[in-house]
Amino acid sequence: MKPASFEYHRATTVSEALTFVNELGEDAKFIAGGQSLVPMMNFRLARPTALIDIMHIPKLNSIYRDGDSLIVGALTRHRTLELTTDASVVEGFALLSSAARWIGHTPIRTRGTIGGSLVHADASAEWCMMARLFDAQMTLEGPRGRRTVSSGDWFQGMFSTAADFNELLVEIQFISPRRYGALAEFARRHGDFALAAVAVAFDVVDDRLCNVGIVIGGVEGIPVRASEAETLLEGASLGAVDVEGAARSAAAGVEPMESEPGEAAYRRHLVDTLTRRAIHDALATRVQ
Amino acid sequence: MSESCEITLTVNGVRHQVSVEPRRTLADVLRIDLGLTGTHVGCEHGICGACTVLMDDQPVRACLVFGVQADGSSIRTVEGLAANGELTDLQQAFSRHHALQCGFCTPGFLMLAEGYLAETPAPDRVAVREMVSANLCRCTGYQGIVDAIVDVAEQRFHERPI
Repeated sequence: MKPASFEYHRATTVSEALTFVNELGEDAKFIAGGQSLVPMMNFRLARPTALIDIMHIPKLNSIYRDGDSLIVGALTRHRTLELTTDASVVEGFALLSSAARWIGHTPIRTRGTIGGSLVHADASAEWCMMARLFDAQMTLEGPRGRRTVSSGDWFQGMFSTAADFNELLVEIQFISPRRYGALAEFARRHGDFALAAVAVAFDVVDDRLCNVGIVIGGVEGIPVRASEAETLLEGASLGAVDVEGAARSAAAGVEPMESEPGEAAYRRHLVDTLTRRAIHDALATRVQ
Repeated sequence: MSESCEITLTVNGVRHQVSVEPRRTLADVLRIDLGLTGTHVGCEHGICGACTVLMDDQPVRACLVFGVQADGSSIRTVEGLAANGELTDLQQAFSRHHALQCGFCTPGFLMLAEGYLAETPAPDRVAVREMVSANLCRCTGYQGIVDAIVDVAEQRFHERPI
């Protein structure tokens, strides 16, 4: 057996999960699909003393529309979001379905959850990028009741979020729909976490780009907005989108991580290339 | 060592009650506690896909699920495919198309394809290639595996009840 030993508890309601974590303390961990946590435990990078299984809380597995917002329960599987393409539900958030296809592989997506991914907070994770892109609001339940954290405050550093150990992420509300969008990634092997990834979304009004969002993942410790590049594209007329300028600006604005020599320069180069690709692909979704 | 838990698994239609340590993966429960060694274990951290089984009809990595998490679920393994010594259409296609050489990855590929075809009855070749990228095969170069799955998909599609 590879992981260190632990106690196992299964919660079937949110309040039961909170009671467990209150009793078991900081060394206990919630487990949802476990597609990041179990490998970390198998490597003994994570050694929780207890696991609180939240996968059997039925009300956290849901996707619904509320006006302009898309509300996704924390235990919704990647695969479910991938297969949710009904325009009445995902209008303005169509990119979520295509972003899901970049997550690992099918057998990972059948089990992994959006909430698990956001709490794990890998900077290159697709849901972390989508949360930044569509201004997600994360709803937590904890000993102090319910609170909501915006995506700008959620990511606190590599693998670190605003959620306290005894708070449970229950719901994600995507609040800024955009009609057009694309995600471009580069990884050495298909299905791996990206070395760099760029997501772009915007609306088009009177043949001009507006509400432009550009998010860069996997390059810094958290997913970041390329605000200068966003400003550069805001209001651009469709016939004269300065793709190269935006890509250069996005690449110049990042401070890439370097885990091996030369990687930072390479990641910066990738941001340039992937930004161009994502803008072109997003513009192409307009034609379809 | 933490205490064992009693779990119930329905594996290939047969109910089993086993007592397992929480840290035992589903792959190990199947292999060690139930003696079903058809499910192979390669990397044990979710990369290779050799341990793929169907859990409530969905393909999952059995090394990335603890047995206790699977309590109450229904599991299908490669042992559940052939009935009365007769290989299924998918297994026969793997043989016909030389979709295996050493065979270590084969149970994982069979269960992956079985789960996928149940949900996607008429996939195109590109989609099949994308789907099999979930699992690693170091012998075949995937060509035969894709051929076998596409062949069975077409066969099943034509023979489907209308």
